[in-house]
Amino acid sequence: MAETTLSQRLRPYRVLLASRARAQMQYRASFVTDILGTVGVGLAEFAEVWVIFHNVDVLGGLDFTAALLVFALSNLAFSLADMFVGHLDQLPRYIRAGQVDAFYVRPLPLLAQLMTSDLSLRRVGRLSVALVALGVALTTADIAWSPATVALIVLTVVSGTAIFSALFTAAGGLQFFLVDGAEFTNAFTYGGSYAAQQSQQVFPDPLRIFWTFVVPTAFVAYIPAVAILGLDDPLAPSWLAWLTPVAGLLAWGIAATCWRLGTRHYQGAGG
Amino acid sequence: MSIIETRDLVRDFKKTRALDRMTFSVEAGEAVGYIGANGAGKSTTIKMLTGILKPTSGHVRTCGLDPMRQRVEVARRIGVVFGQRSQLWWDLPLRDSFAILGAVHRMDETATRARTDLLVEQLEMGPQLGTAVRSLSLGQRMRAEIAAALLHSPELLILDEPTIGLDVLSKQRLREFLVAERQEQGTTLLLTTHDMGDIERLCDRVLVVDHGRLAFDGTLTGLAGTVGAQRILVIDLAQPTPDLADVPGATLVESESDGLRQRLSFDAEATTVAAVLAHVSSRHEVRDLTIEEPDIEDVVRRIYAASGRG
Amino acid sequence: MKTFWLLLRAGFRRHSTYRLALLAGMTTNSVFGFIRASILLAALASAGTAIGGYDAPTTIAFVWWGQALLGTVNLWGFAEVKDRVRTGDIAVDFLRPVDPQIAYLAGDLGRAGINLIGRGVPALLLGALLFDMAWPPSAVSWAAGAVSIVLAVVVAFSGNFVINLLAFWLVEIRGITLLWMITGGLLCGLYLPVPWFPDWLRTIANWSPFPSMLQNPIDILAGRVVGHDIASAVGVQVFWAVALLALGQVVLRAGRRRLEVQGG
Repeated sequence: MAETTLSQRLRPYRVLLASRARAQMQYRASFVTDILGTVGVGLAEFAEVWVIFHNVDVLGGLDFTAALLVFALSNLAFSLADMFVGHLDQLPRYIRAGQVDAFYVRPLPLLAQLMTSDLSLRRVGRLSVALVALGVALTTADIAWSPATVALIVLTVVSGTAIFSALFTAAGGLQFFLVDGAEFTNAFTYGGSYAAQQSQQVFPDPLRIFWTFVVPTAFVAYIPAVAILGLDDPLAPSWLAWLTPVAGLLAWGIAATCWRLGTRHYQGAGG
Repeated sequence: MSIIETRDLVRDFKKTRALDRMTFSVEAGEAVGYIGANGAGKSTTIKMLTGILKPTSGHVRTCGLDPMRQRVEVARRIGVVFGQRSQLWWDLPLRDSFAILGAVHRMDETATRARTDLLVEQLEMGPQLGTAVRSLSLGQRMRAEIAAALLHSPELLILDEPTIGLDVLSKQRLREFLVAERQEQGTTLLLTTHDMGDIERLCDRVLVVDHGRLAFDGTLTGLAGTVGAQRILVIDLAQPTPDLADVPGATLVESESDGLRQRLSFDAEATTVAAVLAHVSSRHEVRDLTIEEPDIEDVVRRIYAASGRG
Repeated sequence: MKTFWLLLRAGFRRHSTYRLALLAGMTTNSVFGFIRASILLAALASAGTAIGGYDAPTTIAFVWWGQALLGTVNLWGFAEVKDRVRTGDIAVDFLRPVDPQIAYLAGDLGRAGINLIGRGVPALLLGALLFDMAWPPSAVSWAAGAVSIVLAVVVAFSGNFVINLLAFWLVEIRGITLLWMITGGLLCGLYLPVPWFPDWLRTIANWSPFPSMLQNPIDILAGRVVGHDIASAVGVQVFWAVALLALGQVVLRAGRRRLEVQGG
């Protein structure tokens, strides 16, 4: 009984998302091109890691396999978040097109409508690069496999996606204020993604604190990877990896606040 | 029951007052035209009725609910069309937009299909169902927008400039549909427009907003009477004719081309077009006639002048 | 020449109205600058020596000049010309007394100018303030660096211009644009210095126009390239600028003929 209710509750969003998927499939040629494009973006990101390791054996305390695991986990989470809610940082475009007003006169929460208003399926390209990298990293790395390891990996992907989604949502909320300066939020959405795929040991302390406690992208990949591989970093003890969901929750708390402030500002100023 | 109720509604933008102590109510089943010059406060009012904009002060209720606090519930019970902004999915066939909106309003699929079929039939939109929304003509799109807003059978339909940019035929079809729909469903209608024809065909009551204040509330004839805006009957005659000075209830305004075309103004409360026409055609051969409606901007300007603030 | 100057100033003013956008761009560039500087310094520390001729201060210069020039050089391309070809508005451009390529180039140089001043220089100064950064070693490096920046803008513009013009023949140029952006982004020396690449990738990069869009001016300004090598770095840029501008002219004329034959 409860199951049908939930499925009914979610039906509007399912229909909205399905319609977005259908719209993208209509132009098959450009859809395929776009997928290849995001594969290319993923490969270019990987090339950066690979070229560095062409020159050095260890970077920020990680060897190539460990760096690959960090790269894979962060790219996986980022492409998932980008696929589902990456368009939230296009908010000024929605406002200009009057789309936000149209959302207000529909009987669903604004944020849920905005999230389901697009679904960038083309990001499966980058997602697949991340999955291949993850596969290679997990098979070549020296991992003491246990149920806990598997649980930690799953937990990391889910929480990491939640963290990046929270960043996009916070960006959307702030963009109600910024509009012309929408690019400000790229600093912590795309910048956060770039920081997440690094060994956090490369950062000087202030930056390390920033990417752990202010914009918690260290939790997306590096901290769990250290635990999975059993590496030694006094600032990233393995129990910290299990706090990744907490980081996700806190990020969502901030994101929700930003979003509420943003919509309140919109209703106050009239767009 | 009041479907819309505002009391001392005020809205400021920075230092300017967009809406000033607006008080009015609309009862269930009424059809109200909401007119005023650009920037007079029409959109501001609509945004506050729908929960998009927060009032600076004052009281507003839509369907008895507070649109800021109960926006979702309000959205369930009203249908809104913003004339210049599409609410349809432009990259998908029209049929899909109805299906999606049905789901958004949590109607089941059978109900959605039945209601879509009915609206599509009434609006004669069958052939366009498979067309992508972006390929529809403006007239077709506007009918689709209204059908979409009515899909969930709302109690209140708010139309913001629904006929702007439409050709005469499209306007007429739209108005005919709205008249029929209201007769059947008794939907309350609030309409902003620049077209006097919309008001005349659709509305029993007119609200005029001017510089954020309610300047008039009454019938269209009353409005025309208040400001002395009269309708003009333009008569084209077969032969040059002396001035038609003796038509009861009408006064000659102008005579052109040796009396081939004459303009008569008449008071709609004193006589009818038919009576004027019958009188003229019993004496002369009439080739054509048109009615010139008073322009809304003109009416508003007159009200403004009459209220002594000009 | 006067017209060119007027168009350039118009481009400058057009983009200078978006002050908040400039500030936002500068902030994002700076955040990326911090991250990249951290990574490259860690790599240098791990290697224990300079890599590909870059030591710590020149690496910092590489990072911050790169971030400063990112908004100046139009690496990610533009769609304006493509859109005008598609809508047929390009015919209007042909009717004007100025050659369309020259007109758009002037506009792009104006855009580059305001982005360098409003977005690039502040990011550069921030980097210089917080890191130990190498400045251009001589007046020659400064002057050659300035020329090299202008050439980089011209090379990036003329490459993108040719790609935009392909819309005369192709219905959809998105795939080509994407390919250009991705290879360009990798090979121009934005993420990592081209001298860090493995031999085969460096060879590919050096045969492509992409290092002329970023790596060459950075090499000169960071002081990695000095003396006679400056002349060859600028010489390569001049070659690509002339070659791509000429190619643009050829493609533009072919497009115009196609427009005339098909009647728009």
